[in-house]
Amino acid sequence: MVIRGRAHKFGSNIDTDGIIPARYLNVSEPEELARHCMEDVDPDFLKKMEPGDVIVAGANFGCGSSREHAPLAIKAAGISCVIASSFARIFYRNAINIGLPLLESGEAYQRIEEGDILEVDLENGTIKDVNKGVTLTAKPYPPFMREIISSGGLVEYTRRRIKGLDGN
Amino acid sequence: MNLVERILAAHSGRSKVSPGDFIMPRLDLILANDITAPLAIKEFRRLGLKRVFDPGKIVFVPDHFTPNKDIPSAEQAKMVREFAREQGIIYFEVGRLGIEHVLLPEQGLVLPGEVVIGADSHTCTYGALGAFATGMGSTDIAMAMATGDTWMKVPETIKVIYHGRVGQWVGGKDLILYTIGQIGVDGALYAALEFSGEAVKNISMDGRFTMANMAIEAGAKAGIFEVDEKTLLYLKPRAKRPYAVYQGDNDAEYSRVIEFDVSSIEPQVSLPHSPANAVPLSKTKGVKIDQVVIGSCTNGRLEDLEIAARILEGAKIHPDVRLIVIPGSSKVYLDALKEGLIEIFVSAGAVVSPPTCGPCLGGHMGILAAGEKCLSTTNRNFVGRMGHPSSEVYLSNPAIAAASAIAGQITGPEEVIQGD
Ligand code: SF4
Repeated sequence: MVIRGRAHKFGSNIDTDGIIPARYLNVSEPEELARHCMEDVDPDFLKKMEPGDVIVAGANFGCGSSREHAPLAIKAAGISCVIASSFARIFYRNAINIGLPLLESGEAYQRIEEGDILEVDLENGTIKDVNKGVTLTAKPYPPFMREIISSGGLVEYTRRRIKGLDGN
Repeated sequence: MNLVERILAAHSGRSKVSPGDFIMPRLDLILANDITAPLAIKEFRRLGLKRVFDPGKIVFVPDHFTPNKDIPSAEQAKMVREFAREQGIIYFEVGRLGIEHVLLPEQGLVLPGEVVIGADSHTCTYGALGAFATGMGSTDIAMAMATGDTWMKVPETIKVIYHGRVGQWVGGKDLILYTIGQIGVDGALYAALEFSGEAVKNISMDGRFTMANMAIEAGAKAGIFEVDEKTLLYLKPRAKRPYAVYQGDNDAEYSRVIEFDVSSIEPQVSLPHSPANAVPLSKTKGVKIDQVVIGSCTNGRLEDLEIAARILEGAKIHPDVRLIVIPGSSKVYLDALKEGLIEIFVSAGAVVSPPTCGPCLGGHMGILAAGEKCLSTTNRNFVGRMGHPSSEVYLSNPAIAAASAIAGQITGPEEVIQGD
């Protein structure tokens, strides 16, 4: 699947309080959460972005809390994938589990500029910056995570496992 | 194998595991709270299963927005309560509870050598007991509630050795802030931190919980201590089931060994907006503050309140400052009451809150207005963490927090204690 969208750049250590402040966690509906996506980092983010756009960030994206509300808010806001130099580990798991694609690439963070048009091929992990005319490659997912992704997320993966365990 | 690898190998039926291996460890305890359990319950329902794998190994603690601050949070808490009842899950109601990471060790629900996952990033607190404990999201927790296991990558372990004896007013909080200041908020990304050395051997269990708690603030998957006499003494009246104590081999491998001489470090203060902005207290003296919070899963235990009370006894809080003290659990509250600490706090002009996360995550019970500054014993000072995005949070230990509440600005205890 190839995603096409505009890049929105953020720095390093974007934390989950920035992605979805705790004051909005008294609900868990993704659409509600999406209304406050990135609010404390960039109050105009939702006005600037369009569905399909891509977040590009530095190191340790999603650090802080374990709230799954963070990737849910990003996904429900319409962001198609997040590219970062590195991800905080709980955020990484959460995103894979709920089906928000992530790509890890330090080079992409360095080369891509705000507003660049990107074409991201999730299958082979390539990121094409249309403005710059360069194609970058992200770190591949470990085989185990591919299994979860190809099952359609952790719930589906577990459903199959449980069936297997029951022997039917 | 090191300590972490020994525990993980034993839980995944293997004689050996190495960093990078994908394993499916069996879980001893699974935790969620009033924010993360609702999502976990929804995901669990999607599986179409009737029962969780073992209700005696699942704990729900409503602690973040409780006593409920508004209708939506009351609805969430209700959903958690009802699911817990339906399934027979271990559940702590308001008034019989505390902040999850203060409560679980205190109740003997987490023991050495165990593998624990929780839908809360500070689940790593239990590493103080020699358990492997790590935070995950709601979907992971939901699936674990169904199967009793979870997938995990065996982390590399970074060993941190603290040499020397710490000075007065320097405790676990200072050691961990100092460490995060040195290695950064992603200094231990994907790794486990094993805390060791003379300085931590001399630190109380409460201080060790504080240190393990903040391992996540360095990006770590877990923080862990070896079990020693102090751990065993702590567990004696609490442990309700047998447990195994694991030890790393003498020739165990670590991805990195970091050594600090902490004999002359000052109390640490982390400046806004990152725990990694740790500086010696002397560098921040004089910063005027509007609010002080003493509490949270980091520093809301009895020892923390005792330290604060020692400084606040007979003193008055600065007229421009609001001090909020939050005992971490009902038991901490009662013990503090019996020891006369609550009276000291209230007489000094503080408000004592019921056990709750409250202001720590900007939930309720002490939200900051635009531009306000707060000195807090909590663990995070991100933008907007305690209220308005333009408010600022400084992090410190309880002694510095108490002294600063009296002075109206960031300061050390020796400057406010009279005739000592
Ligand atoms: S006290 Fe703060 S850090 Fe601890 S569990 Fe509650 S919100 Fe999280």
